[in-house]
Amino acid sequence: MSNGNSQGGGGIDMSQFFQVFFDECAEHLGNMEGLLLAIDPATASADDLNAIFRAAHSMKGGAGTFGFTDMTDVTHVLETLLDRVRKNEIPLTSEMVDVFLQAGDVVKAQLAGHRAGEDGLSDTTPASEICVRLQQLIDGGAAAPAAAAQAASAASAASAAATVATVATAQSYRIAFKTAEPAESLEKVFANLRVIGELEIVVSPKPRKRGKTAQQWELRIAAFASAQKLLEQFDFVKTEGDIGISAVVASPAGAANPAGVADSTAAATPAAPQLKLVPAPAVEAADDGFGFFDDAVGVPSIESKAEDGFGFFVDIVPPVADAPVQSPGRRSTDQPSVVSGIAGRRDNDKVVVAPQVDTLINLVGELVITQAMLAQNGATLDPVIYEKLLNGMAQLDRNTRDLQETVMSIRMMPISFVFSRFPRVVRDLASKLAKQVELKTEGEGTELDKGLIEKLSDPLTHLVRNSLDHGIESPAVREAAGKPAKGTITLRAFHRGGNIMVEVIDDGAGLNREKLLAKARERGMAAPDTMSDQEVFQLIFEAGFSTAEKITDVSGRGVGMDVVRRNIRDMGGHVEISSNPGGGTRISIRLPLTLAILDGMSVAVGEEVFIIPLTYITESLQPLPEHIKSIAGHGRVVQVRGDYLPVVSLHEVFNAKPNVTEFHKGIMVILESEGTKAALFVDGLLGQHQVVIKSLESNYRRVQGVSGATIMGDGKVALILDVAGLVNTPKAVFAEAA
Amino acid sequence: MSKTILAVDDSASIRQMVAFTLKGAGYNVVEAEDGQAGLDKAKAGGVNLVLTDQNMPRMDGLTLVKSLRGMPQYATTPILMLTTESSDAMKAQGKAAGATGWLVKPFDPAKLLEVVKKVIG
Repeated sequence: MSNGNSQGGGGIDMSQFFQVFFDECAEHLGNMEGLLLAIDPATASADDLNAIFRAAHSMKGGAGTFGFTDMTDVTHVLETLLDRVRKNEIPLTSEMVDVFLQAGDVVKAQLAGHRAGEDGLSDTTPASEICVRLQQLIDGGAAAPAAAAQAASAASAASAAATVATVATAQSYRIAFKTAEPAESLEKVFANLRVIGELEIVVSPKPRKRGKTAQQWELRIAAFASAQKLLEQFDFVKTEGDIGISAVVASPAGAANPAGVADSTAAATPAAPQLKLVPAPAVEAADDGFGFFDDAVGVPSIESKAEDGFGFFVDIVPPVADAPVQSPGRRSTDQPSVVSGIAGRRDNDKVVVAPQVDTLINLVGELVITQAMLAQNGATLDPVIYEKLLNGMAQLDRNTRDLQETVMSIRMMPISFVFSRFPRVVRDLASKLAKQVELKTEGEGTELDKGLIEKLSDPLTHLVRNSLDHGIESPAVREAAGKPAKGTITLRAFHRGGNIMVEVIDDGAGLNREKLLAKARERGMAAPDTMSDQEVFQLIFEAGFSTAEKITDVSGRGVGMDVVRRNIRDMGGHVEISSNPGGGTRISIRLPLTLAILDGMSVAVGEEVFIIPLTYITESLQPLPEHIKSIAGHGRVVQVRGDYLPVVSLHEVFNAKPNVTEFHKGIMVILESEGTKAALFVDGLLGQHQVVIKSLESNYRRVQGVSGATIMGDGKVALILDVAGLVNTPKAVFAEAA
Repeated sequence: MSKTILAVDDSASIRQMVAFTLKGAGYNVVEAEDGQAGLDKAKAGGVNLVLTDQNMPRMDGLTLVKSLRGMPQYATTPILMLTTESSDAMKAQGKAAGATGWLVKPFDPAKLLEVVKKVIG
């Protein structure tokens, strides 16, 4: 079978429905995982169990319909177990939840494979393994009821081992027998067989005659069960002679890959029996695919002949031949509406952003610049003479802004795309570290640029893992400290000003100032006791810095936190840490709304114009001469309300010719980045702008102290300052660079 | 005047496949994503055949069938259940609820069309 049942019966191309099925399946998997992560086996509600069951059930139905048999196999066993759990036949255990999650992962991988257009995963081992695991849970639950299960753990382990030996892979069996019993009586047997495995009725008798002559049946079943177990199902069937059962040798493909292909081809195609049987009127009586209830309302009059409980389509010549002929002809007119239905169904999903969108955003950026240029030139015109032109330009201004906002919103995605992965990360890691952790998320609907979403994922994962590993204490330690055994990690996103704030908050041990300082000195870093808490905490972002007493494979190698900070800086954001010993740690990431546009302050140095991102500016002032001090070997400092801040002269950094060299005649722009403050000396402030960021790196090369460039309204290029770099880098570096 | 079929299923892909198949054969198709939505749409009237899934959120197929049978205008309208189960228990329930017949999932489009044609022509 090719990728799915792409050519279904009736000449209908099934592949057109795949995308919807994939999206739907992903949604089900997400829901299922969310529910499983939240579930407490002891107090699981019927509603939750039903919802989880329904997810597996729907995926199985869709996978079967569209021919993704590998997914059908896994979801079938999953559904069977879930069905028994929700009916309270098997008690839910936390082990089961783990297996369910693993099964979800397997299906996720299969789904990804099909999405990529593969015929299924080349490695079917995980699928076979998970099927075996699930089947064991089904068998175990049936064999040893609730209470006994735990008591007789040794026994169940032994029986589990036995099960593994017999059902390592799904085995296909051919079952042949003769019976006089009517199809309806066998239906119960077939239903039981369907629970055990995938049943296919290969040969079934001709339409029932009232006689007692035995008729030949042949079944094929793929199951993780022994032949004995299958035969037991026929205990109550009167057969003529013995029931013949034989294991079917797998196809050559299956033999080459014994782990799984065999069952996926054989267990396969639940649709196949019907497909095969439909065109042959002779076998209709045995067709259990559909039927009418006896005496039911709405049954067409010709069906009144139905007997024995329910009606079959006996004596009707099925107009099968018409179907394929009719449908393609008429379908052509209906097709457009269906196609638009597919495209429009998930109109609120912005998962897929076409490459054209990036081009569009660039063009709009250019438009904004052009508009600003016109506005600047138009400002000098006489408003009386050029009234109409200026009105038109005002309108252009509004329209441009609206267009810009709308286009930008295409790129916006809710942060839940990143947050959604964390329940799983936290759960897996917590169980690995034997810690109890609850994850809370707030503000999942906060939207930010798609580019940022992608880049945020890794650093955030690192921070969460770090909080879990180093922040949250073990349950015993927590209880000893008078805290609840279960720790809490909160992921929070919200808007503040023109920024997005993303916070990782834990209620763990907090950062230990003394330990950090000691560690820093050990590493030979300058770490005076006078450092502010913020500065001390920032030490954890230094390369090679780790305070973990014991290095775990989770974190603690000191690799990564420096990368986290670099990644966030690259996004135009910065990180702040607050922590109190014993109370926990809060790591705040401040990010711009978008990568493409920036709110900036333009400042002048001589003829040059520079842009300072607004988020870094705390204030601007003109200092008094007596507030400027020179310190030997440390350059100059300016006193601002009791604080002494180092002065960075922009003209020195870029070797530009300033109009003003005396500090008290120019302007000091006070910048703050990651807890470090500095005063940037410039000639004067020009104004506040929204600027479109152009990468200097991709158009020229990386320049120290510059994060990008933009084109101003008058057409000139202005450099955007890398404030974090300017504030945190010793002046000497610039002196050498200049 | 082509006949109208109400297709009730919580799976959008199945709904779409059903709708596409039936529309291709000249039927009008009204879609609903669960039993409750199906009931609401049925109230608008004009439905000649109902196809419904069993396991759905909010309202399942059996409840929908019972509710429809309680409405005078749907007392005799054919209702087929599309279900993954074809056990006797399910059949007994389906019949008790007042369904006309069943079609086992997964089914292929040609099969669906064949059954629908038999029921409403």
